[in-house]
Amino acid sequence: MSTATVDTTKSWSGGKSPFNVEYGKLMMWYFLMSDAFTFGAFLISYGTIRFSTNGWPDPNVVFKSFPFAPEGANAPLVFVSVMTFILIVSSVTMVLAVKAGQEMDKKSVVKYMIWTIIGGIAFLSCQAWEWNHLHHEGAWWGRNPFINADGTASSTNFTNYFFTITGFHGFHVFTGVVINIIMLIMTLLDKFEQRGHYLMIEKAGLYWHFVDLVWVFVFTCFYLV
Amino acid sequence: MSHTAQHEENHGTGEIKKVTIILSVLTIVELILGFWMIGITSEALRLAIKGSIIILMMAKAFYIVAYFMHLKHELKNLIMTIVVPLGLFVWFIGAFLIDGNSFRNLRNTYDPYFKERSTIKVEQKAHGEHGAAGHGAEASHGAAADTTAHAKDTVSVENKH
Repeated sequence: MSTATVDTTKSWSGGKSPFNVEYGKLMMWYFLMSDAFTFGAFLISYGTIRFSTNGWPDPNVVFKSFPFAPEGANAPLVFVSVMTFILIVSSVTMVLAVKAGQEMDKKSVVKYMIWTIIGGIAFLSCQAWEWNHLHHEGAWWGRNPFINADGTASSTNFTNYFFTITGFHGFHVFTGVVINIIMLIMTLLDKFEQRGHYLMIEKAGLYWHFVDLVWVFVFTCFYLV
Repeated sequence: MSHTAQHEENHGTGEIKKVTIILSVLTIVELILGFWMIGITSEALRLAIKGSIIILMMAKAFYIVAYFMHLKHELKNLIMTIVVPLGLFVWFIGAFLIDGNSFRNLRNTYDPYFKERSTIKVEQKAHGEHGAAGHGAEASHGAAADTTAHAKDTVSVENKH
């Protein structure tokens, strides 16, 4: 699909792909671009509502617990930092899997794909715990037990946006894990060895990094600012 | 095989390590700023910290897209077809946040109820009371019923003991 020397000036003179990239990978990029607009629209909608409201709950009060924490534990940002690092690490193992694929190193691809899948499942477990915890605190779509940082009554906008956006992101992580498992099975079945390339791993990798990328924004918008 | 050789020199293990360290450091700095912000009451300083966190967030996004997704190693044509449409976000974010802010100012000016409501302090309901207290009406909802039942269980379990 690609050549070693790329003449960028004559890309449009015909006879070769102007993007010098395989069709499926190009389409993955465009899919991710459209997905970025979906997530962007969600987050901008959240921002707009937040800017049009006088008070907003303090994330450090809402998200202050972690699994097996003693009752009344006050540990803001701790659990979400763990979740963030899990996702960053699983992104790194994905890059290593892609690199191993480019080197046609099946054993390393399998190893790093397994680590990536474990990271994804760990992240989903953390999110499941957090949703369950918040649900027990009385938070859900349409219900908000938390008050604003300035002590005034809060609206359900806070919980609605939180569950919708983290839920949509969690759904993407889930899809990513499923895709990664399929890629792992295909690798184990020697599908990519027969094709002579591991381009499918690269495409799954693009999707997985995108999921990590979205979390960077979700994490900042909901937990930090 | 020339394909493999090209990729090896473009993004080797060294680059992956470097970017991993950069991402971790940026995240740690973000978290330090987040922890620091907890005790700060000055609105201006809080805004400045939030701005810094958002700049760090953009830096992280750049490193993930450019190096982990290898966009930096693609042809300029491809980079442009991805980055230029995403440039719409500059208008998108600016327009909508300014719109939201304007709506708040309008309501604070012309809607006395909206303004008044944002000055009345309320009590945070203690843990365990929420289900039974304010949301009995929603008990028909499956999830809501769970919480309500949970709160009532706590009481009944104590009675049994």
